[in-house]
Amino acid sequence: MSNFTVISRNGQVVSVEGRAGISVMEHIRDAGVDELLALCGGCCSCASCHVYVDDDFQEHLPALTIDEDDLLDSSDHRRPQSRLSCQIRFTPELQGMIVTLAPED
Amino acid sequence: MHYDCLIVGSGHGGAQAATSLRQHGFQGTIGVLSEDRDAPYERPPLSKDYLLGGKTFDRILIRPADFWASRNIDLLLGNKVIKVDASNMQVLCANGATVSYGHLVWAAGGRPRRISCPGHDLQGIHAVRTRSDVDRLVEDLARAERVVVVGGGYIGLEAAAALTKLGKTVTIVEALNRVLARVAAEPLSRFYEREHRDHGVEIRLETSVESFIGSDGRLTGVMLQDGAILPADIAIVGIGIVPCVEPLIAAGAAGNDGVDVDEFCRTSLPHVFAIGDCARVRSAHGLRIESVQNAHDQATAFAKTLCGELTPYRATPWFWSNQYDLRLQTVGLSAGFDGTLVRGDPNTRSFSIVYLREGAVIALDCINCVRDYVEGRLLVERGARIGAHILADSSIRLKSLVA
Repeated sequence: MSNFTVISRNGQVVSVEGRAGISVMEHIRDAGVDELLALCGGCCSCASCHVYVDDDFQEHLPALTIDEDDLLDSSDHRRPQSRLSCQIRFTPELQGMIVTLAPED
Repeated sequence: MHYDCLIVGSGHGGAQAATSLRQHGFQGTIGVLSEDRDAPYERPPLSKDYLLGGKTFDRILIRPADFWASRNIDLLLGNKVIKVDASNMQVLCANGATVSYGHLVWAAGGRPRRISCPGHDLQGIHAVRTRSDVDRLVEDLARAERVVVVGGGYIGLEAAAALTKLGKTVTIVEALNRVLARVAAEPLSRFYEREHRDHGVEIRLETSVESFIGSDGRLTGVMLQDGAILPADIAIVGIGIVPCVEPLIAAGAAGNDGVDVDEFCRTSLPHVFAIGDCARVRSAHGLRIESVQNAHDQATAFAKTLCGELTPYRATPWFWSNQYDLRLQTVGLSAGFDGTLVRGDPNTRSFSIVYLREGAVIALDCINCVRDYVEGRLLVERGARIGAHILADSSIRLKSLVA
């Protein structure tokens, strides 16, 4: 079983069972982390599923698209680890990853 | 039955109101009463991924099925408020139950506007508003080839794009002289008309439906005002919504085409709030905005206010629509614009339309141009005044124009 970890804004740590092919956004939402808004439902039209992915797993993530890059620019809290969680599909390589919700914009 | 906060409607607004109340520490009882029989789900995929079968229903739930109970939020589904008694702070439901409330949040949204012409009740005529609408449509589509979409607004265009992808023959009928006439400037309308035609969709402008024609109770065609008959197995009517506010208005709430609210989402009735598609913000722009963003942000503003953090609703509106491989993103409100300019070349399928009022930027429609959407927001929020030749030059980044 592949797992990864979500850290919510108030520091709550949630272990999530990874399902291949499903986005990290959906995993976080389905784990009941209600701070995650994902208002556009995961179609890369907003930035309300902004997370930080820990450095060790950056190399296993899909490349940042121009659209995602531009949307992340709309956040006041962008960091090098920033990603939109709707744009990352879970794969077995992401087992053990730690994902932290970015502050609300 | 009593709820300290009774929320009527389980769309994006109602769901977020309940969630946000708990997030902000509301300790009282919360009930979400809805005509819908399903737990809160996202509406935008109904005309896109869900219609196409790309996402199953459980993947468009706003929160997982066990979320509501875990937050001590009661879902009262498959029921409807038929009367509001504001002086006794209670509602009467279609099933005969009376529910009293400490605060009432009206988030009932709207129902699809119907056509009352002959044949309107034939089988095969659909709307796209709820999950069950789309389930019925999908079932019907299996035996359909020709589809007439009545209404060239976003719902109609998105449905047309999805149905084209399913291999259906689609005709759009629009009463005005261009699609998206009520919500966008002409260059955007013409661009989308061209795109849809390039995908094989026929568009009939400046005509409307005279009657639906059928045989054995089932739709076979659509007769237009000019007498033309479009053969059709299915019709989808997307001509807007009627706000579901009758019980509130009957109870004395101010409003006309929606219910009036102030910047704290308060109606004219004590302890009664309204949010989302059915709420008209009289204190600001005077508009009733039908979008996920609006429903969500009003819900959050309401919840903060009720929890003691008085929060006027002042969010910058945004909206999106996906058709084919085109991503439209809108920021601001273009209503009342007195000038527009096109930034970039529509022929490249990546461009923006900037809306101006008295020289100030009030909104942008950005097509496959996320950067303009993100950076244009800054111009909208500041009401920036910038020379047209500069704004129209897509080689100049919008953020470089922010003082």
